[in-house]
Amino acid sequence: MAEMSRQRPVARPGTMRLVDAVKYRLPVAGWVSILHRVSGGLMFVLLPFVIWLFDLSVSSEASYDGFTSVFAAGVGPFAPWFLKLVCLALIWAYLHHFIAGVRHLWMDATHSVSKSQGSFSARLTLLVGVLLTLALGAKLFALY
Amino acid sequence: MSVNYGSKRTVVGAHYGLRDWLSQRVTAVLMAIFTVVLVVQLLMPGELGYERWAGIFAAQWMKLLTLVVFVALAWHAWVGVRDIWMDYVKPVGLRLVLQVATIVWLVGCTGWAVQVLWRL
Repeated sequence: MAEMSRQRPVARPGTMRLVDAVKYRLPVAGWVSILHRVSGGLMFVLLPFVIWLFDLSVSSEASYDGFTSVFAAGVGPFAPWFLKLVCLALIWAYLHHFIAGVRHLWMDATHSVSKSQGSFSARLTLLVGVLLTLALGAKLFALY
Repeated sequence: MSVNYGSKRTVVGAHYGLRDWLSQRVTAVLMAIFTVVLVVQLLMPGELGYERWAGIFAAQWMKLLTLVVFVALAWHAWVGVRDIWMDYVKPVGLRLVLQVATIVWLVGCTGWAVQVLWRL
């Protein structure tokens, strides 16, 4: 028996790879978490685009006109709708990252980390992020 | 030197990973405060054209606050992006290249932001 117990199980799982992660069903807090990472990565990659827009918007009266024409006429090969879509993605990324971050700080400060509270605050994070994105996106696409 | 990898790694002890955890939260709070300060100024009455928008950032205190927040942003992004590389990129050489590129990217962006702010 002692010999038997020392034997390794036959199907020993190896190191988990990134592709294995997609086989798991993510709970809603898991979605908030991975989207926190995705939104952060997106803003990191597009940081020069944001600074470029900021540069245009504040540098001079003339550059400000250039800034508004980015969204009216486009820039180079990029159509205005595409640039607005990129900005919409950035708006969502900022809002989601912000709210998910505040959720983290809230949990750090209050230690309220029960399953039901975590699930509720995760749903709230996703919902508020999307609703505010829709509200600001409607403004961006001049719906009001 | 204590082992920080494998099955014998040190997982407890003073300040184990605390610095990154804390700096990411402190920088996050700074950025959140900045966001509120900016939104409050944007919601002030009056038409929002070039004059008012540039005027917000022309004030010396706002310039300095924006600078501090941008440095906080770079630091925050460094901790976060480095976490991404450490989680998904295992070859040490490639990881080092990506980490160096991340620092170059963030320092470059910070320099540009400084230039934009003090040209105002």
